Amino acid sequence: MAIPISYNIRNVMQRPLTTLATGSGIAMVVMILIGAFALASGFQAALVETGSTENAFIRRTGADSEISSGVSRDAANIIRALPEVAVGPDGRALVSTDLVVLTNLERVGQTGSSNVPIRGIDPASLALRPQVKVADGRMFTPGTDEVMVGKRVSRRFKGLGIGEQVKLGQQNFTVVGTFTAGGSAFESEIWGDNAVLMPALDRQDAFQSVTFRMRDPATFAALKKRLEADPRLGVQVQTEREFYASQSQLLASVLRVAGVMITLIMAVGAIFGAMNTMYAAVGQRTREIAVLLTLGFTPFAIWMSFLFESVFLSLIGGVLGCLLALPINGITTSTTNWSSFSEVAFAFRVTPLGMGIGLAFAAMMGVVGGFLPARQAARQPLAATLRAG
Amino acid sequence: MNLFSLVLVNLFRNKRRTFLTMMSVVIALFLFCALRGVLDTLESSIKVGSESRLVTRNRISLIFPMPQSYWTRIAAVPGIKSVSLQNWFGGRDPVDPKNWYAQFAVDAPTFFPIYARDVEITEFSPPQVQVAMPAGLDPKLAAFMSEQNACVVGKRLFDKNKWKIGQTVTLAGTIYPGSWPFVIRAVYHAKDPAFGEETMLFHYKYLEEKGMGGQGQVGVYILELSQPERAGDIAKAVDAMFENSSYATRTETERAFQAGFVSMYGNVPYLIGVIGLAVVFAILLVAGNTMMMAARERTAEVGVLKTLGFQDGTIFAIVLAEAAIITLGGGLIGAFLAKWGLQGSGFNAGGFLPPMTVSWTTVATGIGIAVLMGATSGLIPAWQASRLRIVDALRRVE
Repeated sequence: MAIPISYNIRNVMQRPLTTLATGSGIAMVVMILIGAFALASGFQAALVETGSTENAFIRRTGADSEISSGVSRDAANIIRALPEVAVGPDGRALVSTDLVVLTNLERVGQTGSSNVPIRGIDPASLALRPQVKVADGRMFTPGTDEVMVGKRVSRRFKGLGIGEQVKLGQQNFTVVGTFTAGGSAFESEIWGDNAVLMPALDRQDAFQSVTFRMRDPATFAALKKRLEADPRLGVQVQTEREFYASQSQLLASVLRVAGVMITLIMAVGAIFGAMNTMYAAVGQRTREIAVLLTLGFTPFAIWMSFLFESVFLSLIGGVLGCLLALPINGITTSTTNWSSFSEVAFAFRVTPLGMGIGLAFAAMMGVVGGFLPARQAARQPLAATLRAG
Repeated sequence: MNLFSLVLVNLFRNKRRTFLTMMSVVIALFLFCALRGVLDTLESSIKVGSESRLVTRNRISLIFPMPQSYWTRIAAVPGIKSVSLQNWFGGRDPVDPKNWYAQFAVDAPTFFPIYARDVEITEFSPPQVQVAMPAGLDPKLAAFMSEQNACVVGKRLFDKNKWKIGQTVTLAGTIYPGSWPFVIRAVYHAKDPAFGEETMLFHYKYLEEKGMGGQGQVGVYILELSQPERAGDIAKAVDAMFENSSYATRTETERAFQAGFVSMYGNVPYLIGVIGLAVVFAILLVAGNTMMMAARERTAEVGVLKTLGFQDGTIFAIVLAEAAIITLGGGLIGAFLAKWGLQGSGFNAGGFLPPMTVSWTTVATGIGIAVLMGATSGLIPAWQASRLRIVDALRRVE
């Protein structure tokens, strides 16, 4: 028969200070693990959500990012005239031939500068990206030297506030509005009319990418095959979502790996702490254990009981860690995505999966930490302990 | 029996607990120093780069080029000894995309002399044909100079990929499309570790003809100064020359240029610093608590010691010493493990960081934290033990 768990629970409650200390140690480990996953998830979400599965994204063959790609005007015109391109509410093809370059701007409040993407779009193609919504001010007027700025970069860089002027290339542009884009990477960009930006930045002969809404997304595979085989174009085709997911992969996995490695090392330290606590607990309760054995509980039951106590203690720490990690959710930060060489601002995203992993990790720490002490408790020689004290 | 052996005996009485506690401290300090070490590494990578070399790039951002015509114009600015150029190639290994390394197209006759103090050629092909070598260029580069698609690779990169001199390495261009074969004609060792040994350098002419249709544009200009103390003025003079052209420039010291890359990491280093602190706090909390628990267990013993005649002050010292040995010992081991283990092995996080350094300041801070922790978790039990009345100590029932 198993020892009732109320025994363990009561014991844990009876040593509040020790429980709190060990629990806090484990809580910190769990919190950092969840935090690392939140960082990676947030970054990945920002990028993946940028793209839609209904949009086809086209850049030059062999280019591994948007900025190193070049799609000629001729190729762009051929793509624009394709039958697979959907038509917008105004009757025009829903296509955007984008100019994408980087400009190096100074940060606000932090020394140093970073590369901020400038995207010159076809103004009529705003419907292509429905997640983009003007937040403050207004959209830029096509054909003028106005730009609108993603909300995330508006605050972080000098000269990007509404009404301010920013020099892009040879020309000064006025910021007339900020926009949100569902937390996606677009929010880290400056948008303007490509007809005005291309001459200003002296990038007249080619676009960096062409994006269009597919009339029938189910035919994507056939479309991809056809376009990639067309010798006039020399392009690679993906869904917009696929492209942005691939751009996020490198950094996200680096963040995750780094997070897991740090957490593992921390966990070893925390496990040592948990082990210490459990050994001390077992040491203090030798007479209780002897009594339990006398009552007829098997050594195995004792082993399980102490193992449970260790896991219980760790889970308390785990839950505490989850609670501590929750406020991190939504904090924005930014870093340079080396895949695209440009800065991406994103928000920490604490997911249920992340928290689940954290709790499982806490339980595992409890099992590993409690295993040996519990075994020692179970192997206690009965008579000796009753006699001693 | 002297006091020290008494302390040691106490520590060894429960070897397992002492070991576990000490290991916790070792790990906490190791992690703290390792994470801080990342910050140190990033900071020291800013301090590399000469202050007597300037880098000129397009003012808009690094991805915009500059015309070749700037070359002679910049060289004519007073105070400039020599001008070279460098272009980022951005090629990819077609066989193993994860095998990433930097490739640069450079103008060898000017580039290598500028970096003569930082780079030395260790292995090289003997030249097949006699070729007139420009002045100041290492004669070991003769074979490299005689072949258009020859390249020089860093020793680390060379070893990592197990290449051989004379081997052809083919890359797929991402910015300049197509298949690009390079023949390895020399290997360099970076005397200044900041230069990096995981780079491939090849002829700018090759890039210009094959990738730019003969109309070369330049990524960055590297300026070696004959008057390094006038660096600021010279930089301004260069930028003023091109102020109103369609390719306005931005000239800064090499050090500032490198610092720009580091600043691109944004907030991440700050977060790492925060994690470092959290880690230490967490684990030390547990270790401290354990030590306090241990001290509490020994009240009866303290009573006996006092009966035997040990003074209050002595008891205080003994208990404190035990805590100090564990924390200081663990702290020293952890900090030095980080310093010599990580720094000594040149750990570079798979190429994402420069080879790691852990500064002495970090080590000292780590040890300081360990001492502080030892003091806090040792002081209270030590104080309690020293004030304990014999009667109370012996009365306690375990």
